[in-house]
Amino acid sequence: MALLSIASSVLRVDRDGQATLLGGWSPTSGLRHFPLAPVCPFTGADDVTPLDLPRAGAVWLHTTVQAPPPGYAGPVPYGLGIVELDGDPLLRVVTRLPAEGIAVGDRVRLHTEEVPGPEGDPVLTWVFRP
Amino acid sequence: MSSEVRIAGVGLHPFGRFDGLTGTDMGVVAVRAALGDAGIGPRDVQAAFCGTAYGGVAAGHRVLGALAGTGIPIYDVEAGCASGGAALQLGAAAVAAGRYDRVLVFGLEKMPKGVIRSSFFAPWQESAGLNPAPAFFALRAQRLLAETGLTDDHLAQVVVKNRRHGVANPDAMFRKEVTVHDVLSSRMVCPPLTLFMLCSPNEGAAAVVLSRAGGGVRVAGVSLRSHLPGNVLGEESPLCGIDDTGVTPPSTLAANDAFAEAGLGPEDVDVVECQDTDAARELLAWAELGLCEKGGQAKLLADGDVFVGGRRPVNPSGGLLSKGEPLGASALGQVVELVRQLRGEAGPRQVDGARVALAHVIGRGANACVTVLTR
Repeated sequence: MALLSIASSVLRVDRDGQATLLGGWSPTSGLRHFPLAPVCPFTGADDVTPLDLPRAGAVWLHTTVQAPPPGYAGPVPYGLGIVELDGDPLLRVVTRLPAEGIAVGDRVRLHTEEVPGPEGDPVLTWVFRP
Repeated sequence: MSSEVRIAGVGLHPFGRFDGLTGTDMGVVAVRAALGDAGIGPRDVQAAFCGTAYGGVAAGHRVLGALAGTGIPIYDVEAGCASGGAALQLGAAAVAAGRYDRVLVFGLEKMPKGVIRSSFFAPWQESAGLNPAPAFFALRAQRLLAETGLTDDHLAQVVVKNRRHGVANPDAMFRKEVTVHDVLSSRMVCPPLTLFMLCSPNEGAAAVVLSRAGGGVRVAGVSLRSHLPGNVLGEESPLCGIDDTGVTPPSTLAANDAFAEAGLGPEDVDVVECQDTDAARELLAWAELGLCEKGGQAKLLADGDVFVGGRRPVNPSGGLLSKGEPLGASALGQVVELVRQLRGEAGPRQVDGARVALAHVIGRGANACVTVLTR
């Protein structure tokens, strides 16, 4: 049986394993955001429509987490950082990254990664990798 | 303040690790000390405001109950690292407005060791590992270094400064000097932040008595602000806590308010206690509070201005890097330190002739609080 998304409102995983981050876009503000919010978090505009976000981008910031934070049962070390997604206007998302071999500016793509979920059973979260 | 608010008494329970003591126990110690300093008893205050983030339901009531001081209104206030500042602002406003003549403001915390679990994050974010606070501090530190040309060495110098100051503070958890080499060679937590560059969440309590009449240090201005738009720590855009280009940081908003209320400016300040959750956070605060331009931090360190004995010392108590950070107590711990500085009671870490002092905290929710005190 295929694994479930860690949060179906944030990450869609299709039957073929293809992952998509679920964001939003406001025509009034012209801005994209993630995760999908009821109103534009930059301006408060209430005309947000759902938006499937691009699956590629470039690393803007990167650090490495050595000790598992509370509630996290996955492997350490792991990378954590911010990716600037392709497309306009600028949208930065916080994401898992590889722990090593990553530099600012690297091109990365969206993949799924198995982790123990909130209930302990394995679920799929996302990671950006070269 | 429309009506003058004075600090009639201060008290502290040391910050550290105290097995066998509850948060209530520590709160009682701090409150009794503050009441004693003011020369009054627990029934002589008309309201109480308690800052705590992890203290649970009715944390303030438990302390007042232990002192047989119940019956008065007791407000438990949560605003992340600024919880004690929020309590102070509410208490000062209530006194200034004439609602009460004398109130008690205190903060307490007993925190688990290690990285703190916070209800701020959804369960899935924890499972995905998107919640490690030190990693977000590290990303912000990287931005600071990239934007200003400051280096790891400057981060280490902040730790050296605060730990040197902490040696003279009997209420601090760490009272041993460290060198730049010690800091840089301590365990790497999240690049560029090493273990010594991060403060320890711990335990403690602090209390002040506010009065509308009488003498004492004056609360000249106090303001609590938050981020708009965006949050500091979290997965959501906008990520203004990490990239605040085009956005006024909440610390600046709070400082502007507090200075306006006090009729003073950054140039008038003699001594500062500011948030140093990590070394980069302190360097950011200097610019946000108007103590220097962005990038001017290197000169303040090189000239020794920010050391005790310098032109305008920052964190003479040793800061959170020496004391540790009991969230609800940390802001009021700063105020207790600054009242002692303004009274000339700070002993070997005394800032000579200090007349104007500033306390600053910022944390989750992007709650920032700035308090300006004068004598």
